[in-house]
Amino acid sequence: MKQELLQRIFYGALGLLTLLAFGVGLAAAGGEGLAFALFAVMTIGGGIVCVWERSVVRSAFALMSTFTGIAGLFVLLEADFLAMAQILIYVGGILALLLFAVMLTPPDLGERKLSRVAVATAFVGGGVLWLAFEVARTAQWFKRGAPLDGRAEGPHGSAERIGVGFLAAEQYVIAFELAAVILTVALVAAVYVARRKRADLEPEKEGA
Amino acid sequence: MGLGAYVAVSAALFALGLIAILSRRNVIYILMGIEMILNAANINFVAFNRFGSMQLDGQMFAVFTIILAAAEAAVALAIVLNVFYLFDSVKPGEADLLRE
Repeated sequence: MKQELLQRIFYGALGLLTLLAFGVGLAAAGGEGLAFALFAVMTIGGGIVCVWERSVVRSAFALMSTFTGIAGLFVLLEADFLAMAQILIYVGGILALLLFAVMLTPPDLGERKLSRVAVATAFVGGGVLWLAFEVARTAQWFKRGAPLDGRAEGPHGSAERIGVGFLAAEQYVIAFELAAVILTVALVAAVYVARRKRADLEPEKEGA
Repeated sequence: MGLGAYVAVSAALFALGLIAILSRRNVIYILMGIEMILNAANINFVAFNRFGSMQLDGQMFAVFTIILAAAEAAVALAIVLNVFYLFDSVKPGEADLLRE
C-alpha cells in the first residue's frame, strides 16, 4: 500500500516536471525548444525511472526511453547517421542483450533501498551540481557555428561524410580496422565465455 | 537551443548513471549505469562537434564509443551469466572465489 502511494507520488511529480519542461522549452525557443524538451525529458526521465524502479525489467524498458531520446537529441544536433546507429545498436542490440540477461536471473524486488538511493543522489547530485555551477561560471560557450558542410550540398546529411572518413587513408581507416578487430575478438570471446559449461567453471576440489 | 542545454542534459544523465552504479546491488544495474555514462559522453561529443563547427571528429569519436559499448555489453553480459551460474547471485559483492 505504501509502495503504491510512493509510486503514484513519484510518477505524478515526473508528469508535472515534464509539463513544466515542455512549457519552458516552448517559451524559450519555440518549436525547436519543444522538441529539445521532449527529447531531454525522454532521456533524463528514462534515467530517473531506471534508477527508481524496483523491477529490473521495468528499468530496462525505461532505458529504452533514454536511448531513444538520445537519438532524438542527435537528430537535433544534425548527426543523422549517429541517430540511426543509436537506435539500431542501443535500442535494438544492447537493450535486447540486457533483457536477455534479465530473463536469466531471478527477480529481486527487495534489492532497491530508498536510503541508499537517497545517499547516492545526495553525493553525486551535489558533486555534479557544484561542478556544473563552476563550469557555468567560468566557461565561454560556443555560439551556434556555421552550418556543417553537408547541409549546403543538399539532403545528404552526415552519413556519406562519415563513410568517406572511415575509408579515406589519411583519416580514420586505421581506427576503423582496429574497431573491427576489437569487435571480432570481443564477440568471439563473449560467445566462448557464455557457452562454457558449469563443470568448467567450478574450482577443482581437493584430492579430486 | 544553446550548447549549455545539451551539456546540462549530458551532465544529468551522467549523474543518473553514477547514482545507478552506486545505489544498486545488482550487476545488471551497474551495466545500465555504465551505458548511461557512455551515452552522456556521446551527447557531449556530438554537441561540441556541432556547435564548434568542426569537421566530423566529434561524431567519429561517438561512433567509436558506440562500437566499444557494444563490445563491452556483450562481454560483460557473458561474464554476468557465468557469475550467476557459479554463485547463484548477481550481487557484485558475492563473487569472492579468490578469497579462499
